Parts: sequence; structure tokens; C-alpha cells
Amino acid sequence: MPKSGSVNPTPWEFNLRQDTSGDAFVEFDKVQKSYDGETLVVKNLNLSMPKGEFLTMLGPSGSGKTTCLMMLAGFETATRGEIRLDGAEINNIPPHKRGIGMVFQNYALFPHMTVGENLAFPLEVRGMSKAEREAKVIHALDMVQMGEFGARRPAQLSGGQQQRVALARALVFDPSLVLMDEPLGALDKQLREHMQYEIKHLHESLGITVVYVTHDQSEALTMSDRVAVFNDGEIQQLAPPAELYECPDNSFVAQFIGENNKLSGIVSERSGDHVTVKLQNSAMCKALAVNCGGVGEETLISIRPERVAIGGSVGDNSTEALVKELIYLGDHIRCRLHVHGNDEFIVKVSNSAGHKHLVVGEKTQINWAAEDARALNPL
Amino acid sequence: MTDAANSLNHRPTQAELDLTTVDGTPLKVALANAQKRARQRALFLVLPLLLFVLITFLAPIGQMLLRSVYNPSFSDHIPNLSVWFDENPAGTKPDEAAYEALALDLRSMRADKTMGIAGTRINYDLPGSRSLFTSTARKAEKMEPPFQDAILAANKKWEDPKLWQVMRGASSAYTADFYLAALDRTRDVNGDIVSVDDDRKIYAANFLKTLFLAGLITFCCLILAFPVAHLLATLPLRQSNLLMIFVLLPFWTSLLVRTTSWIVLLQSQGVVNDTLVATGIVADESRIQMIYNQTGTIVAMIHILLPFMILPLYSVMRPINPSYVRAARSLGATSWTAFRRIYLPQTIPGMGAGGLLVFILGVGYYITPALVGGASGQLISNFIAFHMQKSLNWSLAAALATLLLLMVLLLYWLYDRLVGIDNLKLG
Repeated sequence: MPKSGSVNPTPWEFNLRQDTSGDAFVEFDKVQKSYDGETLVVKNLNLSMPKGEFLTMLGPSGSGKTTCLMMLAGFETATRGEIRLDGAEINNIPPHKRGIGMVFQNYALFPHMTVGENLAFPLEVRGMSKAEREAKVIHALDMVQMGEFGARRPAQLSGGQQQRVALARALVFDPSLVLMDEPLGALDKQLREHMQYEIKHLHESLGITVVYVTHDQSEALTMSDRVAVFNDGEIQQLAPPAELYECPDNSFVAQFIGENNKLSGIVSERSGDHVTVKLQNSAMCKALAVNCGGVGEETLISIRPERVAIGGSVGDNSTEALVKELIYLGDHIRCRLHVHGNDEFIVKVSNSAGHKHLVVGEKTQINWAAEDARALNPL
Repeated sequence: MTDAANSLNHRPTQAELDLTTVDGTPLKVALANAQKRARQRALFLVLPLLLFVLITFLAPIGQMLLRSVYNPSFSDHIPNLSVWFDENPAGTKPDEAAYEALALDLRSMRADKTMGIAGTRINYDLPGSRSLFTSTARKAEKMEPPFQDAILAANKKWEDPKLWQVMRGASSAYTADFYLAALDRTRDVNGDIVSVDDDRKIYAANFLKTLFLAGLITFCCLILAFPVAHLLATLPLRQSNLLMIFVLLPFWTSLLVRTTSWIVLLQSQGVVNDTLVATGIVADESRIQMIYNQTGTIVAMIHILLPFMILPLYSVMRPINPSYVRAARSLGATSWTAFRRIYLPQTIPGMGAGGLLVFILGVGYYITPALVGGASGQLISNFIAFHMQKSLNWSLAAALATLLLLMVLLLYWLYDRLVGIDNLKLG
């Protein structure tokens, strides 16, 4: 739901994949899941994704994202609701008949088989001829640049290589849907970033539909067409990465995705899209009304650190800030400020030519636009 | 990634092999020296166990091997007869010289009071010979030439060529005759190896029966233990701990108590039969004989050996990640295919270890068959015990035990060839 009045035109407005109302390939319809009959792990999941989309389920551990993936794969049954794949209900179809490729967190490569045998396994159980199998295995291995490793055992491969083989195995039988359960969790940072691009490119070149589960927000933002942010068994927001970051619907999403400055207060005036919030130290702040109640109700204002300007009193909101701490990070400087009674107010100052040099203990003027301050629900 | 791949194929170059330390000593020598003290201390720590094993295990096994081929109890007391046996080939009819040597030897046995010992040795092969030796030895003092007539007058049995063949065999302290006996073979009057009479064939058949029963028990244990071990490995910790206690409970109970409780359960007036009769499944006069026979041995031994199968299986199954089977299912395998192709192969080390353990224990089991085996449920170890304790034919017992040991070693070797001993995982 892009806001046309925004001062910063955002890329999601040009994203064509956003409209998903057409024919859905994967569909969760009012899905609920409970393990013990007392608490719901997945509360009311409604999700539909078109063919060819890369959708990431992002959320803290215990938020129900992996459970959703397992229900889609067929390893868990939905307590209520319907899961549809390509229009057909699959609730009661066993996993081996769903034809869904899956990459597991620990890769789950069969240790007693060679890489080649691992890849041939899904083809073998489908009764494919030996020659056909071999051709497909070689093709799949080449696809992940592992062509010469067919005769190795999984234990003889490094983590990154195992990951590639696991990917190749999930793709070798040409599934139209591939599920990935935190596949990069065990890799080191550099390799992880490299693999993110590779998976992304594979997705683009093969045109497969991918459901990806992760708790790493940067991974989600890098790879996905859309991200579903999970918390407490519910989807908090389902949106393309840019929208998710720049227009969070609620405080949880604002908090979970990227860095975020919070100012809590009470709505004192509401006019159209905008509200004026009376902060805890009685100062007033103009903000965009996104997800806040009427006059007199509590709200939490969320401001991204890079949207705060230092050294000027222009704009809708301008206030004095005390510099508490400076952290040098190369390309930018992280400043921790005391603003409106909040000690943890972070501002990022880009390390560009002629940027303002702050000193700890100094008082400075900061400002931000009302559009960049989003009044959300209190946590 | 490629670094890791390279290091796998890495072979040390000659330059690396010739590495030296700063002061010029070769690296390998320096390394050995550096670890010398630690190694010596380690040796010192294991020394008591090493000595213990040497004294109480290796030495007795050596003794047993020796005893199976060495028995001097007859050969030590027949200096004269030995000479005659050496001079005359097997099958020679005993002449006056032979009887003279026999008479002289009997006299000296009488003087040393050793005719019992010597007679017992002959008695092993020819029952009734012990009394022949003792009675004739008593008369040997007063015998006069011709000795042949004198001895035959004392007892006609001395004429028996079979007896002379047995004495010839026993005249050498080193003999393979006990192995022949252990395989139901003997020597005829000419010294050729022949089968014993059908009604005296015991051991070969019993060896086969022991192998068969141990195999059957191993198989039953595997079938019974597999689901239990799987349950143990997959249940939540609380339940699996409880189950583990049930599995280990028999371990903490005396073997005798467990075996006797099987008697209580399975005997003709026992719990199982009473229940069957009470429910009308079995008539009172046709109660099932489940104990004091082969069935009793099998049932009780399966129960006792089951933990030895469950524990290695469990230790192998525990670390198998459930995602393997899930992966197989997601790749299109039915649950049976996933089990057969993915899960089962990963449990082979446990099946091998458990199978080998149960089989080897089963082959040598003694107490349970002795208590509940009756006549048909006796295993080879019961015969070994019989010769150790009752017949006092220790050499035969040793030969039987050695054959048992060889069989186990053969199986171990076979296992190594077929499955690979590295594939063994005990816990």
C-alpha cells in the first residue's frame, strides 16, 4: 500500500510482482496449527503466492515459520484450514507425492551414498532409466558448479559444497516448488552472502517458485520478491523488501527489520493522514498516521536512523540532541544521541566529504520529516 | 571451498618429509622425543590391566590350547611300552615282547600308584579300561613269563586290538586325538581316521545346533530390538529414559533369577500354561512343553541377550537425524523406501555390532541352557562343562573349547570381509 504523498519515491512502487490477486500457485487458506491442543503455533495463516515467486518467511525462532514450511512439505498436518498447490488441496497428500523439492537446514545429504547417488535417488524412486538419470545428475551438478564431485561422499565435502549438492538434489527432479529451511544457517558470513546470490540467480534462471525460511533479515531482504514477517504465529506484514523496510505496518516489523528509533507518546491531534503526538517529555512530534488509534491513545513513533538529518532546524520535526557516543564504522558514523528523553536514539552520519563532525557531549540540532516518522501501534 | 578440496588430495612432498627443527634434529625424531614421557606415563597407567589380562586371560587360553593337544597322563608311565610302540608299526599284533613291556609298566604303575591316572586316559577312548588297568596292575607283581598268557589269564580284554590302538595313540603326550573325538571321529585298529558309531555321535551335530540356535537367537533379537531401539532413539528424553530403564532392568537382575522366572512362567504347571488352560485354548491334558527343551533355551536366551542388541542399535540410531528420512520423503520416496534405502543402511554398524555380540555370547552360553534346556536344549558349552566337571576329560573339553573359539574367530573374519570391522559401533 504505497503512499503517493511520500517524499521519497520507493522502488516497490515499480515492482510488478506486488499484485498477487491472480491465480495463486501456493495458497494457505485460514490455516491453523496446534501441537498440543492448547496453544496455536500458527494462528490464522492466509497466504497466496503466484508461480515463480521467491517468498521468504522471516521471523524470530518459535514464530511458526518453519511449521508453515513443514505443513507445505507434508511433514506436519494442518490442524485446520486448507493448503492448496496449483489449485488442488494437498492437506492429505503424503510428502512423497507432492513433488516439492526441499533443502534442509543441515543439508540432510545421505551419508552412505556418494554425491551422484544422492542426486540420483529422487530420479530412481521415480523409476527413471539409468541413462536418463545420469544425464540429469550431471546437468544438476554442473548447474551448481559441482560437476567433478559426483563420486565423493558428503563427508568429504566442505559446508559450502554440501550446500550446493543439497540444492542440486532438491532441483534435480524439476520440482515447480522448492522449499528451503534456513539453508545457509551453517555457513560463514562470506560464503553465505555468495550463496544468497547463487540461489537468487538459480531461481531466476529456472523460473521455479521458492519458499524460503530464515531468521536473518538481511538474507530475506537480499533474496526475496516478497517477505512474510512472522511473529507469534501470525503474518505481521507481507510485502516486497523495500516496502517492508520503509513502510512497516506495525511496531514489530519496524523493530525486526533494520534499525529503528522509537519514541512513545499519546496522540493529541489527528488531521487526515497525519497526527501530532505528545511525547513523554511533553514535546510534540508530527508523524504519519499508519497504525495508531485516535486522539488520546498511546502510540509508538518509528524513525529510521538514516532519515534523520543533523545540524539544522528545518522540516516538520526539529529538536535539540545531546551526543552520547560515536562509533566509527568506516562508511558511516553511528551516533547515539539523547533525544526527547530517549538515550538510544541512533543517527547514521555518512562519511562523505564535508560531513558534520560531532563530538561526544556536544549539543546539536536534528530534524526529520513527518513522512519519515511513522506512528504505529504501541508494543 | 576449493581449499578444502585441495587439502583432501594433499600428499606431503619430499621437502616436507625432510623437515627439521631449528637445531637440526629431524622433525619426526623431535616429535617422538617430545611425547616420550607422556607415552611412558600412559603405559604405566595401563600396566596393571595389561598384567591382569595376561595372567588371567591369555595364559589360561594358552593353557587350554596346549591341553587340547597335550596329555601326558598315560605316556609318562609307560617307558617300556613306548619303546615297543616305536619299534612296531600301527596294526602289529602284540607279541610276547609287547606283553612283557606292558607287565613291567603295570608293575611300576602299581609301585607309583599311577595306574588309575593312566587307566583314566585310556578310559576316555575305551570306556571300562580304567578297572582293567587297576585290576591287572594288582596282579602284575606276581606275573611270570610268558607274560602274554599271564596277562590274558588276568583279563581276556587285553587281547582287544582296539585297546592296543588306543594305548598306541596315548603313548605320545602330543596327540590330535582329542580333536578327532570332538569332531566325532576316532582311529580304527590300523590307526586310520573313521567316524564313530552313529549312536556315539554327539559333538558335530551339537556344534551345528549351537551355531543354528545362536543364529536364530541373534535374528530374533534383531527383529525384537530394532523397533525398541528406534523408539528409544526417537522418543522425547523423559519417555526414552523410562524405556531405557526397562531395557536395562534385566541387566541389574541376577541371571539366575531371570532364568528361574522363565521356569515359573513356562513350566507345564506355570503361568502361561495355566492361563491357556483357564481360557480354554489348550486342554488340561495337553499342556504345552515350553521349558526343559530347545524352546526354553531359545526364549530365555533371547530375553537375556536382548539388551546386547538394543544398546548398540540405540547408540547408532540416536545420532541419525530425522531429516534424512524427511529428505528422502520429500524427494519422492515412500515411507518404506525411505526406511529401506536411507534409514536401514545407516543402522548397519549397530546391527553388525549387536549381531556379533549376541551371536558370540549365544554360541558360548552355558548357564541358561543348563537350567532350562533339558535334554534337547543343551549347547556345546554344556558338553564342555560336562567334561570339565564330570568326566574330567579336560583335554576333550579343551579341544571342544578351542573349536568353539576357532568358529567364533572364523565368523569374526567373515564379518570383517562382508561388513567391515570399521563398521562396528558398540556405543
